[in-house]
Amino acid sequence: MEKFTTHTGIGVPLRQSNVDTDQIIPAVYLKRITRTGFEDALFSAWRKDPSFILNQAPFNIGSVLVAGPDFGTGSSREHAVWALKDYGFKTVLSSRFADIFRGNSGKQGLLAAEVAQDDIELIWKELENAPGTEVTVDLVSKTVICGNIVAPFEIDDYTRWRLLEGLDDIGLTLQHEADITAYEATRPAFKPTTLPARLS
Amino acid sequence: MAVAKTLAEKVWDAHVVRKGDGEGANAQPDLLFIDLHLVHEVTSPQAFEGLRLAGRKLRRPDLTIATEDHNTPTLDIDKPIADLTSRTQIQTLRNNCAEFGVRLHSLGDAEQGIVHVVGPQLGLTQPGMTVVCGDSHTSTHGAFGALAMGIGTSEVEHVMATQTLSLKPFKTMAINVEGALRPGVSAKDIILAVIAKIGTGGGQGYVLEYRGSAIRALSMEARMTICNMSIEAGARAGLVAPDQTTYDYMFGRPHAPQGAEWDAAVEYWNTLRTDDDATFDVEVDLDADTLEPFVTWGTNPGQGVSLSAKVPSPEDFGDENAKAAAERALQYMGLQAGTPMKEIRVDTVFLGSCTNSRMEDLRAAADIVRGRQKDPNIRMLVVPGSARVRLEAEAEGLDKVFKDFGAEWRFAGCSMCLGMNPDQLEVGERCASTSNRNFEGRQGKGGRTHLVSPVVAAATAVRGTLSSPSDLDPAPESAAIRTHAA
Repeated sequence: MEKFTTHTGIGVPLRQSNVDTDQIIPAVYLKRITRTGFEDALFSAWRKDPSFILNQAPFNIGSVLVAGPDFGTGSSREHAVWALKDYGFKTVLSSRFADIFRGNSGKQGLLAAEVAQDDIELIWKELENAPGTEVTVDLVSKTVICGNIVAPFEIDDYTRWRLLEGLDDIGLTLQHEADITAYEATRPAFKPTTLPARLS
Repeated sequence: MAVAKTLAEKVWDAHVVRKGDGEGANAQPDLLFIDLHLVHEVTSPQAFEGLRLAGRKLRRPDLTIATEDHNTPTLDIDKPIADLTSRTQIQTLRNNCAEFGVRLHSLGDAEQGIVHVVGPQLGLTQPGMTVVCGDSHTSTHGAFGALAMGIGTSEVEHVMATQTLSLKPFKTMAINVEGALRPGVSAKDIILAVIAKIGTGGGQGYVLEYRGSAIRALSMEARMTICNMSIEAGARAGLVAPDQTTYDYMFGRPHAPQGAEWDAAVEYWNTLRTDDDATFDVEVDLDADTLEPFVTWGTNPGQGVSLSAKVPSPEDFGDENAKAAAERALQYMGLQAGTPMKEIRVDTVFLGSCTNSRMEDLRAAADIVRGRQKDPNIRMLVVPGSARVRLEAEAEGLDKVFKDFGAEWRFAGCSMCLGMNPDQLEVGERCASTSNRNFEGRQGKGGRTHLVSPVVAAATAVRGTLSSPSDLDPAPESAAIRTHAA
């Protein structure tokens, strides 16, 4: 995973709550077996509407998505994170993220920054009044800067550390392989295994 | 004395492989062992590929099981899948399972079906386990008192490689449902009412525990319906303490413990309840006595009302975001504020999905439609959750009941719950659906979804408008002759 320290890019105001992962990427695009190449799929239903924010310059080249509360609800599809990244987004700001989406973002180096809704409203106004305004998201100081607005954001310490260091989760866990083996030895015999298969 | 714990905390503590480092910038959270990893074709190909690229092994094939469900057609299952990308994805799963030694139930196999129907049916889901799957409706398995949650593909790969997950601590929320449900009101109505009450984000960061006399009175299949939709309330997991109902359901299932192991298991399972003096971070109460059949009017599962109510107006919502969301939802759904829900005419009725496709769901709907004819303008799809459910239903004659009614009797799969296989809504088509998500385009681009219970779906298919069983005229004489053995 690439390290994330700070990012500056054009902010995109998405004035909508409950942006679920079916909107971020409809199921029809989930048939692919690759991990990249999902830029065409991002918000594909909404992008058919010419007035949609990503169809308007300069928002079409934005990299900081500023969304309403409850972003990323619904399906666990990590494709939602891949699509946002493939399109060019580096970070999403919202006052509340769905748990699974937030987790997926952290694994993939997309910064999900939790910003108070009052600050989101101020940033929306700034971005709408001056389209093309850049937003800086600084993971070191956990701060968002947009014009004269300076707002703090929340992220859990462990995800922040992994993003700053660009660390691979599986590698970290495998350092504790002895603990896993020890735990496995204590599992009760009545717990099921899938193999050998027993059928009805 | 031991510290009082909630059920979820007990299950968590029993799976800690390595205690977290506590506070600090790079403090690793608890590492938990995963007892069962369910796999399907959509969220696994990139994870298997990740293992291959890193030269890693699948650590525990014997704790992993795969099934084909999202892409599979529900007609002509003996023919090659027509959609090439779907066929490739299914074939990729088959190749991966063969390469890594994973047990797979393919289309055509008697144990194939929706992953969350198959696990419990085989007895692989048991109390006190940790269960994960690259699918948000993994919360279903919480009905057994398991800590079960959906994960993304990176986590799928992590579990494949390590059989563990690093998890952020959660908060606990009790959902207390006291009282007795009235006739025609079911588990689906309970969970839709819970979501409307706490909102789609209300459960974020929490594990929900469903408690109270109304929950205790529910069957396992009904409890699965409730736990299934915990994610629609924002909670990654929801659970119910195991009890005699749980044990009766499990006993004799293929992977349930047997003999002395059964006794040892039950002794352990009996400890899996929230201690009387344990406290939840939040408690929410719901009155079962006054609950009515529930239905959604909007485009997120929190936008629901009683079936006897009217389509709300955006002005009913104080919060600006909720107001804007309601406006947008009404426009997408093609609805006018103030319209009685029961006057809304639908085109399609879908009975199926991991929420409501088990025997009990099919029986409840069959009891409504038996001896009746569907509204001529409606198409109704009945899609059993698994091939096994389909076989059992046919043994009871339910297929005939549905076919005589005018419904289509399909093969098992996720079907019309999500627009990923041939079963999809057309633009503007309105559906009463027993599934779990009414998002824009969820059932097909431009499709309009109303989430309902199986009996409301059945009554709606009879009348053509959103209806509860109590709205139906008495069934014709012949309906009294029960054709199944139940």
